[in-house]
Amino acid sequence: MVDAIRLRDDDVHEEPAVSLDSFLDQSNATAVRIEAGEDARQLLPFLDHLSLIEIDFPVFGDGRGYSAAQILRESGYTGELRASGDVLLDQLAYMRRCGFDAFAPDSPINPELMQQALSRYDHVYQATSDQRTPIWRLRHG
Amino acid sequence: MYQYDQYDQKMVDTRVEEFRDQVKRRIAGDLTEDQFKPLRLMNGLYLQLHAYMLRVAVPYGTLSGKQMRMLGHIARKYDRDYGHFTTRQNIQYNWIKLEDAPDILADLASVEMHAIQTSGNCIRNISSDQFAGATADEIADPRPWAELLRQWSSFHPEFSYLPRKFKFAVIASDTDRAAMRLHDIGIQLVNNEAGELGAKFFVGGGMGRTPMIAPEIRSFVPADELISYAEACLRVYNRYGRRDNKYKARIKILVHELGKEEYSRQVEEEFAHMKDLGLNPPVEELARITQYFQDPPYDQQASDDLDLSDPDFALWVDQNTTRHKQPGYAIATISLKPRGGIPGDASSAQIDLMADLAEQYSFDELRVTHSQNIVLPYVKKGDLYALWQTLDEAGLAPANLDLITDSIACPGLDYCSLANARSIPLAQKISERFADLGRQRELGELKLKISGCINACGHHHAGHIGILGVDRKGTENYQLLLGGSGAEDASLAKITGPGFTEDGVIDAIETVTDLYLEQREDGERFIDTYRRVGMEKFKEAIYG
Amino acid sequence: MNILTGNDLKTGDVIWWTGLDWSRFVKDAADVGDQGEAVLHREEAARRVNAPYIISAEQTDDGPRPGHIKDRVRALGPTVRPDLTLKPADPDAGEWVI
Repeated sequence: MVDAIRLRDDDVHEEPAVSLDSFLDQSNATAVRIEAGEDARQLLPFLDHLSLIEIDFPVFGDGRGYSAAQILRESGYTGELRASGDVLLDQLAYMRRCGFDAFAPDSPINPELMQQALSRYDHVYQATSDQRTPIWRLRHG
Repeated sequence: MYQYDQYDQKMVDTRVEEFRDQVKRRIAGDLTEDQFKPLRLMNGLYLQLHAYMLRVAVPYGTLSGKQMRMLGHIARKYDRDYGHFTTRQNIQYNWIKLEDAPDILADLASVEMHAIQTSGNCIRNISSDQFAGATADEIADPRPWAELLRQWSSFHPEFSYLPRKFKFAVIASDTDRAAMRLHDIGIQLVNNEAGELGAKFFVGGGMGRTPMIAPEIRSFVPADELISYAEACLRVYNRYGRRDNKYKARIKILVHELGKEEYSRQVEEEFAHMKDLGLNPPVEELARITQYFQDPPYDQQASDDLDLSDPDFALWVDQNTTRHKQPGYAIATISLKPRGGIPGDASSAQIDLMADLAEQYSFDELRVTHSQNIVLPYVKKGDLYALWQTLDEAGLAPANLDLITDSIACPGLDYCSLANARSIPLAQKISERFADLGRQRELGELKLKISGCINACGHHHAGHIGILGVDRKGTENYQLLLGGSGAEDASLAKITGPGFTEDGVIDAIETVTDLYLEQREDGERFIDTYRRVGMEKFKEAIYG
Repeated sequence: MNILTGNDLKTGDVIWWTGLDWSRFVKDAADVGDQGEAVLHREEAARRVNAPYIISAEQTDDGPRPGHIKDRVRALGPTVRPDLTLKPADPDAGEWVI
C-alpha cells in the first residue's frame, strides 16, 4: 500500500502547502491548498509561480474539487495538482480525467488496483483536462 | 433509433466489468456499504424495501423489440416475472440479488442497454416526448439532441458527485408531453430567425419538497455550443449548489436563491471560459446521430380509412390513438392501467407480446411514457384492428389514455423505503370506483397523479388532481391537491385542506369531479374549469 | 421489545436477528433489549447483514409485530401482490401489515 501517489516525473515539491488565505496574503509561496468550497479562480493570476496545488475532498461525495481541478488545468496550470483527503480507489480515474496527477488519500490505496482503475477504460466521451481524445473526435478526426 | 458503434459498446462492456469487480470487493468486505453505495447507485442499484431494486435506463424512452424482449428475459430469469415502467421512462425490477447484478448488466449490454447513472448524484436518464419522430407538431425530432447529451453526460468525470441528482428533458414542440418545465434542465428545440435549430434552456424546475417551474435561462443555444453551455450550467451547480442540506441541494434551490438573472449571468461567465476549450463535438456528430432517427420506410399508399363498426375498437381508437404526421398511420398508446391493476406494471408475458407487436406493427420501435404507458409510434391504420384485438386479449387495451383511470402512481410503501403511505391500493380503488368508461369519457382529460411521499416520484404537484400520501401519527393519510399541470400550461397543484383516509380521499375525488361536471362550460377540461372557478368552490364542496 | 432487522448483503432478502443468526421470518426475531447496537455493529462488520437497524416491536401471539407499517411491509411483502409475499396462501396476511 502507498500513502501518497504521484504520477509526475519531476521532483517532489518540498515546500509545504499554505492555505489559500495565507497564500493570497504572501504570494511568494509556491504551494497552496484549497478547501472544498474555496474558489480556485483566485489562483489564476499566480499559476506561473505555483508548483503544487492541493485540493481537499472532506468526504468523497463532495465533488467540488473536480471542478476546481478542471478550472486550474483549463487556465494553463502545469504544476502538480494533488487530491487529498477522502480519496478512494473508485474515484481515482475521474480525478485523473479532471487533471489531478497526485493523490494524498487518508487511507492507503493498493498501487496495483490503482493502475487497474486508471487504465480500465479505453475510451472517453468528453474532452477534459487529461487531454485524452474523446470518442467524437475518433469518429470524425 | 440510435445504434451503438464500437466505442459505445466498449464503454458499457467496460462498465459491466468494473462493476463486477466492485461487487466482488463489496462482498469480500474490501468496500464498506458507505463506499459502495454511490458506486452501485451509479449503476442503478438501490437497496429497497424487499430486496435490491434495479432501474434500467431506457434513453429518452425509446427501445426496440429486441431490447424489450431482453427486459422480459430479465424479469423472468432474475426477478419475479414482471417489471415496472417509471415516470422517467425507465423500467424497475424489485427483487434483484446483488450477486446477480453484474450478469444482468452484461445481458443488458448485449442488447445495447445499461443501468448507468439511473441513480446517484449525477446526471440521470434524459427523457423526451414519447411521440417524437411521429407527431406532426414537432419542429424536429428531439431525440438526436438527447442522445448527444446522453453520451456527454455518461461517465462524466467532473459531474459524478454533484450535490444531488440531475434530470434533463428534451422536447421539440410547444406541446409539452414530457413535463419539461419540471426538470433540472428542460430543453425545447426552437428555430432562430435564420431558421437554424437550437436549444432553449429552462433551468431549475423540479418537484419534491419545493416544487418549482423552471425559468427560461437562455433563449437560444446553437447545436455546436450545446455541450459547452450544458457544461457551464452544470459547473455552476457543482460549485455552488448547496451541500449542507439534502432537501435544499437540487439546482432549483440555487436558481431560486440566486434568482434566474444571476444564475444566468454566472453560467454565461463560465460559458465564456469554456467556449474555446474544444469541448463541443463537431456538427458532423449531431448529423451522424440524426441519421439514426430518420423516418421509417412508410407505406406511401397506406389508407387513412378505418372501419370503426366494432364499438369497443372505435372507443380505443378514439381515446388511445393519436394523429400521426404520416398519412395512413397512427400513434397507438398501450395502456398499462387496467381496471384495478397496478399502474405501470407489465408481466414478462406482456412485455414479450409488446416486443412482438412492435416488430410486427411499428417498425420495431416502442416508447415508454412518463405516465407509465407504452407507445407504438408507427402503426399503419390498416393494422390497428388486428393490433387492438391482440392487445385486448392480453389485457393491454383499456381505452383510458389521459382519463382519470390513466393515473400515475409511484410504487409507494408497498415497494419503496422512502414512502409514508401506500399509493398503489389507492390507484386500484380509484380505478374500480371510476371503472365505467362512459363516465370516464364524460369527465374527459383528467390527469390524476399519486405520490406515496413528498419526494413526488408520482408527480402529484403536476396533477390536475394530485394525491400525496403522508404519515399521520403512524397511519396512512392522504392530502388532496388540485390544479397542477406538467404540460406547456405548467402549474403547481394546491392542497385543498386537511387530509383524508384512503376511502375519504376517493369520496373527495368524486365530490370534486361531480362539481366539475356541474360547473363546466363550453368544452372545458377539468383543469380549465378549476382554473376558472377557483379553489374556494372546490374546498366548500369537499369540506362543507 | 426491540428487534434487529436488515438485508442480506448478497441477496437483498429482508432478515431478522434471532439471537443466534439471521432469519427471513419476523416470527423468529429475538428481543435484543438494549444490546442491539453491539450486535448490529458486530454482525455488519462480519457482513452477515447489510444496513441493519433496531426497531421496536410488539410481542403478539403470532410473534413480533414491528411497530411501523414500513417494517411490517418489509416483513411480509407488497400488500398489492399477495402472491409475492412470504405468506401467499394466507388471505389475512395483508391485515397484519395494515
